[in-house]
Amino acid sequence: MEAFLSNIDRVVDGFSWTVRLTLLSALFSFVLGVLLTAMRVSPVPLLRGLATAYVEGIRNTPLTLVLLFCGLGLNSALGLSLSGTVAWDVFWWAVIGLSAYTACFVSESLRSGINTIPLGQVEAARSLGLTFTQNLRLIVIPQALRAVVGPLGSVLIALTKNTTVASVAGLGVQEASREMKLMFDQGVAPVLPTFVGFAIGFLILTLPTGYFFGWLSKRVAVVR
Amino acid sequence: MSTQSSVLFDTPGPRARARNTVYTVITLVLSVVGLAVLYLGFNDYFRGERPSLLDPATWAVNPSGEWTAAKWEPFLRPGTWTDYVLPGLQNTLTAALTASVLAIVFGLVFGVGRLSEHWWIRVPAGAVVEFFRGIPLLILIFFTMALPIVAYQLFDIPTGTFQVTALAAVVTGLTLYNGSVLAEVFRAGILAVPKGQSEAAQAIGMTRSQNMWLILIPQAITAMMPAIVAQLVVLLKDSALGYIVAFPEMLRSFTLLATREGNVIPAAIICAVIYIAINLSLSRVAIWLERRNSRRGRVSAKPADAEDAPVKADTATGPAGAVAVEPTVQEPLPDTLREDGSAEPGDGGTEPGDADGNGPRDGRD
Repeated sequence: MEAFLSNIDRVVDGFSWTVRLTLLSALFSFVLGVLLTAMRVSPVPLLRGLATAYVEGIRNTPLTLVLLFCGLGLNSALGLSLSGTVAWDVFWWAVIGLSAYTACFVSESLRSGINTIPLGQVEAARSLGLTFTQNLRLIVIPQALRAVVGPLGSVLIALTKNTTVASVAGLGVQEASREMKLMFDQGVAPVLPTFVGFAIGFLILTLPTGYFFGWLSKRVAVVR
Repeated sequence: MSTQSSVLFDTPGPRARARNTVYTVITLVLSVVGLAVLYLGFNDYFRGERPSLLDPATWAVNPSGEWTAAKWEPFLRPGTWTDYVLPGLQNTLTAALTASVLAIVFGLVFGVGRLSEHWWIRVPAGAVVEFFRGIPLLILIFFTMALPIVAYQLFDIPTGTFQVTALAAVVTGLTLYNGSVLAEVFRAGILAVPKGQSEAAQAIGMTRSQNMWLILIPQAITAMMPAIVAQLVVLLKDSALGYIVAFPEMLRSFTLLATREGNVIPAAIICAVIYIAINLSLSRVAIWLERRNSRRGRVSAKPADAEDAPVKADTATGPAGAVAVEPTVQEPLPDTLREDGSAEPGDGGTEPGDADGNGPRDGRD
């Protein structure tokens, strides 16, 4: 355990990159997810079809493949570059891949949140003469968001764990699981304490998030 | 389709129809532009100097781009399929099937264990489930691969005494992670069986374990079947992580193929299509099971889970995206079946939905 603790700065550095990946991907995937949801409930059939095709397609593709496509395909094979340095280049591609993948689950959660809104709410809004956009903005989205706080928390936790895939799949982003693998391979510390240490690190990230969103979802729950 | 009314908007009148037509045209134009950018991007247009878009040569298939026949031709050769894709697919399915069976057993044992009346069973079972649900699958797989080193460091067992194959590591990881999620699914399912069932079982003198195995679990499994199948889709998808530890599953064979033929993008597209086809058909099974349950007047229970599974089971009931909001208010969150509002939030997948725990929210609308 001492050998592991003497490398604690490497561990902290690894997790700092995990957190950065998570937060940036969470932000982008939330924006994209809201947009996809709005498209999926819109009165324009073409928009609905496009959003559905995107969500169904990406959701059923393994994340490893999505990130490989970003890393080996778009970055290496097509030579699309997002930043001058390799480290930031793969980092941003990982953020794009993770966001594109996670947005599907955000969108699915939001859609199930919309389904919780009683018919009367929307009918009342329509009978007041609210347009589709007003209806969505003033009535539906605020209530749906409050109903899906819990599931969105779950999506965030899944995203935190999914960032580990970015360390490999053709990108090699610096983050916690890569640091753990390196410490395994370099033999700087015994394997078991290293694994337990990193597992605790991930639990420190995921458990409080779970408790927080559980508390928040109860607090903001719409009382009906 | 465009005249179909939904809850969010009225049946469109003449002006709304005109407006929708405008939106449709705008979307159409934007998607054509998007497709063109995609086409040109894969055609290697953006690399190097860019000739005029009006030049027909710009739009011709670039032999060094991704659309050239040479890069797609390997998929017409039988050898590609028999040497790469099918063996890979077979390995993927082997890993997924083995892990599915083991995960269901693991889930049953620990799901029932968490409901035990003895704290010395309940608490460790809960700890195991929460631990494996809270950590990434990948570090679990890495650790399993490193087990021989652990054995050497802790017990002085010389390295080389035993080996952990990539298949074993992948199956172990998938089993522990998905088994833990399934344990929560089973637990939610057992808790969702109406109280009267247990009371009736007690009244006719069944023991607790008879009640559990003869009354509660069969009903729980029927109700949770859609959620179980949805979780198996997640498991199948996660088996692609085997790529990372050099397990020769389908994704790995596609990357080998792509390296040999130099066609990363076509290989990735075909690989995605195969995964989507398998997973979509599995999802259809989940939907079919859910419909069958509701036809028989049973409610398909929803689990309290972290990842994508429950949402899928929850929203998949509608024709995907066809109708904005279904007329019946559906059960809101995946986890409203959780009886105890104070249940441990766990890794966040398990946040309690209703504080009063009266089951599906639609009962109170």
